[in-house]
Amino acid sequence: MTRLSVTGRPVLESVQHLQVRYAKRGRMRFASHRDIARAVERGVRKAALPIAYSAGFTPHPKISYAGAAATGMASEAEYLELAFTSPCEPEDVRARLDAALPDGIDVIEVAERGHEPPLAHLEASQWQLTLPGVPPAAAQEAIGEFLAASQVEVERLTKKGIRRMDARAAVISMELDRRAIAAQPDGYGILRMVVRHTTPAVRPDDILVALNRVTGLTLSAPPLVTRLAQGPLDETAATVTPGPGSPEAAAGRERET
Amino acid sequence: MVESVYPRLEPLLPQVTKPVQYVGGELNSVVKDWESADVRWALMYPDAYEVGLPNQGLQILYEVLNGRDGVLAERTYSVWPDLEKLMRSHGIPQFTVDSHRPVAAFDVMGVSFATELGYTNLLTALDLAGIPLAAADRADSHPLVLAGGHAAFNPEPIAEFLDGAVLGDGEQAVLTITDLVREWKAAGRPGGRDGLLLRLAADGGVYVPRFYDVTYLADGRIGSVRPNRPGVPGSVAKHTLMDLDDWAYPRQPLVPVAETIHERYSVEIFRGCTRGCRFCQAGMITRPVRERSKATIAGMVETGLQASGFSEVGLLSLSSSDHSEIHEIARELADRHEDTQTGLSLPSTRVDSFNVTLADELTRGGRRSGLTFAPEGGSDRIRKVINKMVTEEDLIRTVTTAYASGWRQVKLYFMCGLPTETDEDVLAIAPLARRVIKAGREATGRRDIRATVSIGGFVPKPHTPFQWAAQCDAATVDARLHALGAALRSEPGYGRAIGFRYHQGEPSIIEGLLSRGDRRVAAIIRAAWADGARFDGWSEYFSFERWARASQTALAAEPVDLDWYTTRERDYEEVLPWDHLDAGLDRDWLWQDWQDSVAADGTAEVDDCRWTPCYECGVCPAMGTEIQTGPMGPPGSRQLPLVAVGSGAGRAARELA
Repeated sequence: MTRLSVTGRPVLESVQHLQVRYAKRGRMRFASHRDIARAVERGVRKAALPIAYSAGFTPHPKISYAGAAATGMASEAEYLELAFTSPCEPEDVRARLDAALPDGIDVIEVAERGHEPPLAHLEASQWQLTLPGVPPAAAQEAIGEFLAASQVEVERLTKKGIRRMDARAAVISMELDRRAIAAQPDGYGILRMVVRHTTPAVRPDDILVALNRVTGLTLSAPPLVTRLAQGPLDETAATVTPGPGSPEAAAGRERET
Repeated sequence: MVESVYPRLEPLLPQVTKPVQYVGGELNSVVKDWESADVRWALMYPDAYEVGLPNQGLQILYEVLNGRDGVLAERTYSVWPDLEKLMRSHGIPQFTVDSHRPVAAFDVMGVSFATELGYTNLLTALDLAGIPLAAADRADSHPLVLAGGHAAFNPEPIAEFLDGAVLGDGEQAVLTITDLVREWKAAGRPGGRDGLLLRLAADGGVYVPRFYDVTYLADGRIGSVRPNRPGVPGSVAKHTLMDLDDWAYPRQPLVPVAETIHERYSVEIFRGCTRGCRFCQAGMITRPVRERSKATIAGMVETGLQASGFSEVGLLSLSSSDHSEIHEIARELADRHEDTQTGLSLPSTRVDSFNVTLADELTRGGRRSGLTFAPEGGSDRIRKVINKMVTEEDLIRTVTTAYASGWRQVKLYFMCGLPTETDEDVLAIAPLARRVIKAGREATGRRDIRATVSIGGFVPKPHTPFQWAAQCDAATVDARLHALGAALRSEPGYGRAIGFRYHQGEPSIIEGLLSRGDRRVAAIIRAAWADGARFDGWSEYFSFERWARASQTALAAEPVDLDWYTTRERDYEEVLPWDHLDAGLDRDWLWQDWQDSVAADGTAEVDDCRWTPCYECGVCPAMGTEIQTGPMGPPGSRQLPLVAVGSGAGRAARELA
């Protein structure tokens, strides 16, 4: 049966759901979630993809987003889902959408979703944080102190008011990223950590506040924060399995164990 | 080698609001190799990125210049005070967003002034760029600072800071300037900076203020404005692009990542307006009317949407429903883009009942939220004074049709402080607004009919019949607005149906000072800027006290003051600061129109020369042209302007409500 919108026009049903992994790189780390959403909507139109629209007076393209990395944070593993009115080849969608987006909002992989719920299993993220002004040894010491704490409460002002959360509990693992340190000239510490997705979310900047609270760790400049991977959490191995069919090139695979 | 400042800027960006506005990288932006060009332009819009990015003028020039081999154009916008402070403390200069090069490294800095309230932002940019504020202090190595845009039709208040001003259409003018700069550089910069400026003045149609001496009479009026060297024209004419179909820009519209005030593909469907509204500077200085053809418009919309992914198209002009083929254009675009979720809008459209049909066509199947009409004056009498030939009956008929066809809200735009205006003319808006609501309720049988009255102070502008008029003082404007607010709220049963938004009188006085000022006003701008004036178009930054203080200090030794520039009526004999700048309008025609408007025995109406014989404004003979319209006749006589609600949401933040 054909569904009709309030304006009397037929509404085309969604026949395919594609999960898209994209990166926020370079200058585009300063794009907010809303900026990205507008860019993606336009990119989908520019690429002439058969996106489905909601019914109603002001139809919206059917694009859903998983929790986005905050403004200023880079990411190699953001996720969204597209609903199409006719089936498309995922790799073709990847290439066309990537070409229609500004450099720095880069489509890494597109895969068809099976029967699981949309954007499921994004249980935890792996983050990398630069620590300007903090030598690796001092960073190592701070990590040890932080991990030894049983609980580190921090608060953040959200739209719902001041929220308190236990930053320590959300951190599954935390370590120095020695390979990344070796690759950069300034010689400051670079942190890797796996953080569980919670409500309210414990964000990398909350963890920096927590580190400061426990260990007095202070940065000399704003850190560069990058989400490397996002996916199901393996608690025993303290790893995040990168999302659907992540390519070998994904930074998340390079993590040291 | 000109290096990017981005590595030094990046660590500061997490500390400022909306950092994405400073990073560039927009879809369709262009980054050329520095060494590939021998003439390099930095194009500036002197307001925040969110206002400047969508500006059509700047986007067109950016594309025209970058389309040429050997020419490079990048964009720069005003930085907000939070970043300005950090840039000063870290020694980062004004930069372009395209490749973050310092503005001082370019050959030309072209600044587009849509409004005079951007003047202090020019000073901030020059200062951050390390370019001396006064043109006289600049060396050969500094960029030429050129102004364009509507405010450049009287650049005298900023003459001290400019090397030149370009009046009128910029598309061809920037290419002529580019050629002259290239030749001058290739020839080893003969004559230095003045040598180049002389070429631009003689062969480039550029107004170079320093080549003109201004003398003053003892009472403060201007005595004369005369060229001070041979080879400089006594009067500088505006540039007029005659065939818009040959210049179908923008083709590759910039698609911002940051949120901006207009998120759409805009196509200018014609340039110029012959309605003859006496207050309207844009309508006067952009004559004659030059239409784009239906085919060109359709082609531009097609490629513009494909290149951008925008979901809205704006058909722009000063009076869009006046295009001779507007109904075909609207119908064909609506047909072509039906079922593609593409919105069409006609900002600045005159609408009578007939043209509500047009708005209906554009919103086929979509939500009909709001239409905006601009009667401008509250009474039939005052509308005759401003030559806005719309009667109250016309307006009621129009809004009745609009409400009946499903529109739920109308916005009504007015001005306060018009010549000859009395309290009664403004208070007449209240019963008019109630009639509008009543008509809507009767037409629909519903109670949820809304109307918003939006009103601001009138500012007399150069090159209009009202250029001689006394601007109404701020206290009178505020008293009338206050009384109107009370009158709108007084009637039971209507109070909640009528919204009221107004702009206070004081900012209009400063806009008036900057609009009709002469070269002495530069000292005020400099003093206000030194005292912290920034973003004067934004209510949260504007300070009348600061400007009043600056006026007093800067004019202490002059026989003139702030009132002299604003609330004083000028007579026929007075030399106006812009009399040597030629917008094509015959000065005597303007004067006669001014006299007709305030005639004691009733105002004379000026018809629109699109549909009726010529009224001799002087533009066509001066340009060696005539108005260019398509095949159709007039779509009906008395019409009202219309804007679809929803465009320019960001602007709301700027309203001094």
